Amino acid sequence: MEAAVSFLHAAIVAGTPLLFATLGEIITERSGNLNLGVEGMMLMGAVIGFMVGLATESAVLALLAAMIAGAGGALIYAFLTITLRANQIVSGLTLTIFGSGFADFVGQDLIGQIAPEKLRMFFRPYSLPVLGDIPFIGQVLFRQDVFVYLGYLTAILLGIYLFKTSVGMNLRSIGENPGAADAAGINVTLYKYFHTLLGGALCGLGGAYLSLVYVPALQEGVTAGRGWIAVALVIFATWNPYKAIFGAYLFGGLDIIGFRIQNLGINVSQYFIDMLPYLVTITVLVVVSMRKSREKAGPKACGIPYFREER
Amino acid sequence: MIMENNYISMKNINKSFGKVVANRNVNLSVSQGEIHALLGENGSGKSTLMNMLSGVYTPDSGSIFIKGEEVQFAAPKDAIKAGIGMIYQHFKLIDVLTAKENIILGQKNSFFLNEKALSEKIREMTVRFGLDIDPDKKVYNMSVGEKQTLEILKVLYRGAEILILDEPTAVLTPQETEKLFKIMRKMKEEGCAVIFITHKMNEVMEVADRITVLRKGETVKTVEKSATNPKHLAELMMGCPVDLSIKRIETEKSKVAIEVRNLSAVNVEGVEVLKGMNFEIYSGEILGVAGIAGSGQKELCEAIVGLHPVKQGEIIFNGENLVGKSPAEIITKGISLSFIPEDRLGMGLVASMDIVNNVVLKLYQKQKGIFINRKPAEQKSMEIIERLSIQTPGIKHPVRMLSGGNIQKVLLGRELDSKPQVLITAYPVRGLDVNSCYTIYDLLNEEKQKGVAVLYIGEDLDVLLELCDRIMVICAGEITGIVDARDTTKETIGLMMTGAVNLNREGEKSEYDNANYN
Repeated sequence: MEAAVSFLHAAIVAGTPLLFATLGEIITERSGNLNLGVEGMMLMGAVIGFMVGLATESAVLALLAAMIAGAGGALIYAFLTITLRANQIVSGLTLTIFGSGFADFVGQDLIGQIAPEKLRMFFRPYSLPVLGDIPFIGQVLFRQDVFVYLGYLTAILLGIYLFKTSVGMNLRSIGENPGAADAAGINVTLYKYFHTLLGGALCGLGGAYLSLVYVPALQEGVTAGRGWIAVALVIFATWNPYKAIFGAYLFGGLDIIGFRIQNLGINVSQYFIDMLPYLVTITVLVVVSMRKSREKAGPKACGIPYFREER
Repeated sequence: MIMENNYISMKNINKSFGKVVANRNVNLSVSQGEIHALLGENGSGKSTLMNMLSGVYTPDSGSIFIKGEEVQFAAPKDAIKAGIGMIYQHFKLIDVLTAKENIILGQKNSFFLNEKALSEKIREMTVRFGLDIDPDKKVYNMSVGEKQTLEILKVLYRGAEILILDEPTAVLTPQETEKLFKIMRKMKEEGCAVIFITHKMNEVMEVADRITVLRKGETVKTVEKSATNPKHLAELMMGCPVDLSIKRIETEKSKVAIEVRNLSAVNVEGVEVLKGMNFEIYSGEILGVAGIAGSGQKELCEAIVGLHPVKQGEIIFNGENLVGKSPAEIITKGISLSFIPEDRLGMGLVASMDIVNNVVLKLYQKQKGIFINRKPAEQKSMEIIERLSIQTPGIKHPVRMLSGGNIQKVLLGRELDSKPQVLITAYPVRGLDVNSCYTIYDLLNEEKQKGVAVLYIGEDLDVLLELCDRIMVICAGEITGIVDARDTTKETIGLMMTGAVNLNREGEKSEYDNANYN
């Protein structure tokens, strides 16, 4: 029991950066933009968030800076694909390469530094009144740090936004058929820009969680491929923010399962364990590809630049 | 001011796409309470003109007046505000949303969706306008007719007073067309202006008050319906006298060329797209296939030539079952497919290659050695160009650069060149101008006379009735009847297209005997 609570608690912590990145990519893809720059935007968020945190010792400013950094990365992508109608795949990959270079360059003098004491205190686990006392569930879910709570909140708010509001419906329409949405009087370009930037900001937050809370120090390539897992998780979650919660924490669990197994005295190769999340990702993609439901197939126009006067 | 009598007035509109001039000094004026037909061949600039009125395209020059005031639309949104509602040829609906959600899309809604109140309001509207639609049905579950009704309702919900319908009848059955015309007349009574884009003369004569004819991007003339007739309109459209009748060459009753028995197939999603089809095509006949788009036409063609897997059944050709054979084997046996997909180039031709290389595609396998000898293909290309009078700068010109009609001629020419015994053509005249259509009909008749069995999948029922010997009607992958084209009507075929009449289910045996070619 004790071990299970501890494992699940840690899985949520490890899944939180994945959750933010997955939510960000969901909202981006819902606007018809397949942004493969998640890894890059996370790295940008991680390093900028860390720097601002170090300089100001303010959690709010650090998170804001991380969001702006992620959104800044997304802005490059948005300008390329929305305004210039460049190929989305190439633009996204470029953003990932750019983001990792940017992070290495900007953060080169800070590598190995530990997040300031004040921030670490701010992000320490905090038991919610009443909820935190629920046996098992409360211990797992409600004795977390504020960043984790922010993750729950973001996922739920995005779910409501997407499925219960008219703005969300307009957004879904753009991902499905931008021509029809345009003809219905929706400002396609504005929606695409806004949601791609919002998605980038969330990816930036995901990165900041790694450098400020999870590690909590600045490392080279701190994301370690989590951005790519997030891209796959979007499909796993069928572009649904609620399901992203489950997917992200599941993969968070996979991320830490290795240490736990080794702690139990079972000798498994570290390299094999490092491979696990990706193996599961491949399996998930195979299973998901066999899905036949039309509504879970994902935004139909995702990946295709929109040009109104195209003939 | 003249402007005040005119509800809509478009003056000296110009629009080019790259080097292609789509509209040149086009003028159009439409009054309140009239149905105004915009008539012209494909590529005459009708849709372009209307896309400018609805804010999708921006004119290069010229001005648009609505109720006497000059307007400039930067986006469809602006046109909607001005009371313009366009029903596009390719529906602008979101498949995964419900009818209701599609209707309110992009509207000033309250931030949170109030589902119940909306359903109520939409039901009210359907009653008022006599439209029949279920607000909670998802679009992907709808028939083409329902989708169109939804488009109309969507436009009305936005308070449109000017209704533009872009080739609305192209995808409808005759019964659905009647229903649509009723709705259009109702709109007219309510004081709306209705603009109706079409290239079908008989529909114009039935429903329009005035007609504006466009030709090659220019306005030819606006005429009152009472002062014109189909022949006159066709002449205006073409710019020269035309003969609108299609010849049907009578041939001797002949042997069965290909026989399809109990053919069934499923698509990738596991849905049954062909359901136990039984029919035969005789040598020297044209068997027409009528059906609502997506009823299994494509799958049927592909199944015969080995491109679509067959679940069960037989396709017998010269005493041999073709099921399970590769497309290459089937081609060698003398079966040829010329399928004109919606985008023309998707299947059959490689767009960026020239005519010679496209001919080589079907020729090289007969050659020996690893290098391709282009000489015979060049020879053939010249022959095809001459025979079908294809307009091209040369045989080395990429087919993508040719006009739609010429592309289709290249495809058909190549297929005919292999001297097939069975020719399968799907939508061979789709998007062609009237003259090219007749060239194609003549070609098909020529093949028929030579004893080729032709399967003709068409869209225009009038053409099917005039050109074919027998017409096979399919509905959702099932044959609902095979009738003699000489003694059937459009209405009968329309009923079979929707499955309302199924000749095959009532006394299967006797129906086959009746339908036999004689």
